[in-house]
Amino acid sequence: MTLDKLPLGQQARITVVGGEGALRRHFLDMGLTPGTAVMVRKIAPMGDPIELHLRGYELTLRLEDAARIEVEPQGAEVEA
Amino acid sequence: MSLVFALAGNQNSGKTTLFNQLTGSNQHVGNFPGVTVDKKEGVIRDHHAGEHHRGLRSWGHPRHKRADIPAPAPALVVDLPGIYSLSPYTSEEIVTRDFILNEKPDGIINIVDATNIERNLYLTLQLIELNIPMVVALNMMDEMRANGSTVDVNRLEEELGVAVVPISAAKNEGVDELIEHALRAAEHKDYPKRQDFCTGAVHRCIHGIAHMIEDHAQAAGVPPYFAASKLVEGDAPMQRRLKLTDNELDLIGHSVKEMEDELGTDREAALADMRYTFIEKLCAETVVKNGESREHARSVAIDKVLTDKYAAIPVFLGIMLLIFWLTFGLIGAYLSDLLSLGIDIVTGWVDAGLTAWGVNPVVHSLVIDGAFAGVGSMLGFLPTIVTLFFFLSLLEDSGYMARVAFVMDKLLRKIGLSGRSFVPMLIGFGCSVPAIMATRTLSSDRDRKMTMLLVPFCSCSAKLPIYAVFTAAFFPQHGALVMMGLYVMGIAVGIVWALLLKNTMYKGNPVPFVMELPNYRIPSPKSVALLVWDKAKDFITRAFTIIFVVTIIVWFLQSFDTRLNVVTDSSASLLAGLGRLLTPLFAPLGFTDWRMVTALIAGFSAKEMVVSTLAVLTGANTATLPVTLPALFSSTLAAFSFLTFTLLYTPCVAAISAVKAEMRSGRAAVGVALMQCAIAWVCALAVYQVGSLIL
Repeated sequence: MTLDKLPLGQQARITVVGGEGALRRHFLDMGLTPGTAVMVRKIAPMGDPIELHLRGYELTLRLEDAARIEVEPQGAEVEA
Repeated sequence: MSLVFALAGNQNSGKTTLFNQLTGSNQHVGNFPGVTVDKKEGVIRDHHAGEHHRGLRSWGHPRHKRADIPAPAPALVVDLPGIYSLSPYTSEEIVTRDFILNEKPDGIINIVDATNIERNLYLTLQLIELNIPMVVALNMMDEMRANGSTVDVNRLEEELGVAVVPISAAKNEGVDELIEHALRAAEHKDYPKRQDFCTGAVHRCIHGIAHMIEDHAQAAGVPPYFAASKLVEGDAPMQRRLKLTDNELDLIGHSVKEMEDELGTDREAALADMRYTFIEKLCAETVVKNGESREHARSVAIDKVLTDKYAAIPVFLGIMLLIFWLTFGLIGAYLSDLLSLGIDIVTGWVDAGLTAWGVNPVVHSLVIDGAFAGVGSMLGFLPTIVTLFFFLSLLEDSGYMARVAFVMDKLLRKIGLSGRSFVPMLIGFGCSVPAIMATRTLSSDRDRKMTMLLVPFCSCSAKLPIYAVFTAAFFPQHGALVMMGLYVMGIAVGIVWALLLKNTMYKGNPVPFVMELPNYRIPSPKSVALLVWDKAKDFITRAFTIIFVVTIIVWFLQSFDTRLNVVTDSSASLLAGLGRLLTPLFAPLGFTDWRMVTALIAGFSAKEMVVSTLAVLTGANTATLPVTLPALFSSTLAAFSFLTFTLLYTPCVAAISAVKAEMRSGRAAVGVALMQCAIAWVCALAVYQVGSLIL
């Protein structure tokens, strides 16, 4: 599944980091590398962007950008 | 020769706070050539005077004996932009790496947020590749300690091959030791002990390329290892800098392909993964986190309200309203009154003095009506700027500004900007000058320039008196509606303009919105004070230079006629003549009376001048103006067209000079002013001509 579809509070691991150019480099530089554990902490009031928790800090991404990142849910499933 | 240090680190790592601690008020703001990125420099304070060690030794870092310490040499530190990497994708990152590669500082001070160490060390590894004596300032150690978390500093030092000094920039702890270490590293030329943090295929690939391009790298003044790792990442500016032959590029491509095949991933991901893998392992060995930190837990709790689905927007609007009320209503207005009282008193003294002395009336008028009135009215902005920037720096330094960007991003995305531009635009409704100055905090050059171009469409509060007089004269029944309509029209034209810019001038890829939401922190009073002082100084300098000149010119035009005689009747002045000359240009907009055009020209120095000039030229005062005004206009439609033009045409000289300062180009500022006039002309024309057809 892609990161934009990950339910709130669900732990997941990144499998593939897509995108290209500056966007992809920003992903990688900010620590969104394959194998990294992420969780969606919050969705902005207008439904976009989202707030992620990874590597001990909070990062925000737009949904269309988050759709470039493939994740695999880990542990207990959270009810969407 | 004094030593030069570069201060580099992530955004939100406390870099500005550390810079302020290192230099005190000994700062100078300049700019990097060609880009609107700040370059702050400062002389490092004398660290031997009043030296305190506040229990830092208990963190278990071995300190050299005091006897080794050389006498302090004057040293300079350059505060580089807050960045996360040395990729060539943002102007800040390019500026940082060009500065280090071209200026070759004697040392790098790399500030690392210990509470967010994994992501911070990512930049550290790249800085080490630059092969310059370096010290890591491990910041926020007070928070770590308070949370019962520890960092094995010795081990970290060993693994990274550079000195690591635990500090707390906010509490000024460990800063003296940091200075000692930095000076020592630079004087002894302690180069990083290792540069190679990779293993396996990546290791082989970088080494092979580093070997191959060594001559090119040396010729270009780039450390071979840094050059090689950038080439492996596919860094185009580095390829150009090294002037590689096609044959060499082929070989590099081949080598990279081999690595990609072996790892089953691409070049960029391979390098990022290699760095993060090293860091993860390093942190696992050196950092013991005692559960979730208090600061993080507190931030999550605060965000339960501030970024809540329902509460976020009302709370944000509440905060902005409060700031506006305090700035334009309570504090700012009080300070403004106080200041103008002071200016009035001084003007009174000078006026009386000049009269008593019997000075030539023209010189008298130049001093009182030109210089004092001009600079006085500009200084009237100062309290607004000071108060507004006080609140803005609280919002920025506390971490709330990032939340505003998060909450408001969706609104601004469609016009090609991000949520970060929201606050400057909102301030524009108060005053364009601080709004334009506030674009400095935006993280990309493109966003900064585009926001500056859009701010004037947010109708500033100085235009309110114009709207008030006109609605009283022409739309007494529908005052509120017309007023609302004007604001909405400003925003609508701004949106259309933004879409145009987005698809033409600023078509380039916007910097991706991948933004950190830092933990909330209490702003440092020193940083807030320095920022406010900076902005005030900035504005005062401009008030006494460019703005001063413009007000003198306007005074000259108002006071003399074409034969350079002093005018007694204001309709005979040069300004009036200029108004008459330009009237045909405005006839299609329905401005058939030269007095309307003259008022618009006067409005260039300050928007309040539109109303006062109209009053003078119609022989009225501000109170009776609504009665005399209708005589000037052929129809209500012409009045509305005039309002449209006023809404959209170039902001005052103070705002233009702010654009000049922020864009660092006088030509750009003039271009912006002309563009705004053209937009206003076209819109007013449309209003008048289309209106004439309908009505």
